[in-house]
Amino acid sequence: MELVSQIADNTFNCLGYLGSLVSLGGRAAYYTLVSPFQGKPLRLKRAISQAMDVGVRALPILSLITFFIGLILALQAAYELRRFGAMSAVSTAVAISMSRELGPLVTAIVVIGRSGSAFAAEIATMKVSEEIDALETMAISPIRFLVAPKFLAMMVMLPCLTTWANAMGILGGALFGVTQADFTFTRYIRASIDSLLVHDITTGLVKSVMFGITIAAVGCLEGLSTGAGAEQVGRSTTRAVVMSIFLVVIVDLFFTALFFFAGKQ
Amino acid sequence: MFVSPQTEPVISLRNLRVSYGEREILHGISFDVLPGETLVILGGSGSGKSTLLRTLVGLEKPSAGEILIKGQDLAKASAAELDEIRRKIGMSFQGGALFGSMTVGENVALPLREHTRLEESTIEVILRLKLEQVGLEGFEYYSPSQLSGGMKKRAAVARALAMDPEILFFDEPSAGLDPIIAAGIDELILQLKRAFRMTIIVVTHELASAFLIADRMLLIDKGNLVALGTPEEMRSSTQPRVRQFLDRVAEPEISGEMDYLQMLTAERPNAQKPAGKRG
Repeated sequence: MELVSQIADNTFNCLGYLGSLVSLGGRAAYYTLVSPFQGKPLRLKRAISQAMDVGVRALPILSLITFFIGLILALQAAYELRRFGAMSAVSTAVAISMSRELGPLVTAIVVIGRSGSAFAAEIATMKVSEEIDALETMAISPIRFLVAPKFLAMMVMLPCLTTWANAMGILGGALFGVTQADFTFTRYIRASIDSLLVHDITTGLVKSVMFGITIAAVGCLEGLSTGAGAEQVGRSTTRAVVMSIFLVVIVDLFFTALFFFAGKQ
Repeated sequence: MFVSPQTEPVISLRNLRVSYGEREILHGISFDVLPGETLVILGGSGSGKSTLLRTLVGLEKPSAGEILIKGQDLAKASAAELDEIRRKIGMSFQGGALFGSMTVGENVALPLREHTRLEESTIEVILRLKLEQVGLEGFEYYSPSQLSGGMKKRAAVARALAMDPEILFFDEPSAGLDPIIAAGIDELILQLKRAFRMTIIVVTHELASAFLIADRMLLIDKGNLVALGTPEEMRSSTQPRVRQFLDRVAEPEISGEMDYLQMLTAERPNAQKPAGKRG
């Protein structure tokens, strides 16, 4: 009996958490998409500076990581492919697994580590020092003021970063292709591009937008629901990272399955 | 009966109860605040005075009772109505609660930029005026982290004053300040009271500053309103709790061997977190 009630409790907690995420996302969407037309302008400047933080400043590390991941993918694919003498398929393997799956996922994980945690820490610190309360007593919605710019930045920057990550992954694969598989650089790139369908790229980009929304929602929610004290800020940050990674994987699974079954017909 | 509009209370509490989860913090508090008066809310740590203040500015929802601010019930107000009420109030938080990512000037100008369509040049003038009122002229380009504790509080007051509020709330204005700086903040509150006839509500446990600035004061103890009156009435009060607070008498120690034994051996109640507790 105890077990059943515990499972029920946990299920309710999970649903409650998802509910708060959706509600936060909904309110952020309202302040991003609807209220600017009702005379409450979005903090565009803030959104742009957030986008700089989330996106542009992530480029060096993201480039490095995805370049190596492309290289690893090529090595792993070649390990199997060379038994069939199909080394020329390396470019296809790298291009497709990068743009359908690893590009969006690795980008999301890098962004969680850099920005999801930073969102949670920033908002949690503001909560602890009563700055969120101060916003409310000034009749300024913390969702509009703090959360909406972060949502917008994430939603725009993740697909951009993912596109960049895909390109870097293909470059990483090219390093292997040129040195080990008798490709010339242009032939490798041409082969990669030819193997990609528009569908592969949009699949990845749709995923990455959803990842962006997830990361922003979790980071902001964890920040806003922090308790009192410095220790809680750390805890919220950790929870934000762990929950974001978990939920990103779940969202990934959901959309991959969706595209798989939708693509069958 | 004719009630002249001048004496109609600005804030009116009727049997206000506030709970965090299952724990009730305020057990039915009623009082009125008259326009232009300075009301000091006294109480020890954990008495519920901070919760009372947070409820008055709409940060906590009452579980029962009414809070009428200028006739509007805060407990039943919609989000839009609540915002409307909040534009008439200013709040200075204990630690200042200035936004660290903005300069002092941007902090003070924030409510103006958010809620008004004033020209940038007008905002600049108002900003300098407000900073001058709190004695911080010339500090608009400093970041909050460059200010001392007292200056942060002054900047917070300037921000609270930005929208020319009718009611100003202070949470522990002298907490964490040395006596000289604290006296300066008291002087600032007196100045605001004289110059603008604002209704001011101050939560504090500093007796000296309370008696200096208060028109009336009330004492909260364990979530109940114990006493309400002018400083003279409080001084001459014979109520045991008031006397204990004003004479700074410590809680009586546990006496009697049996009580002591009981305290040591009593079963531990289900350890419950004091949810939402604030210092």
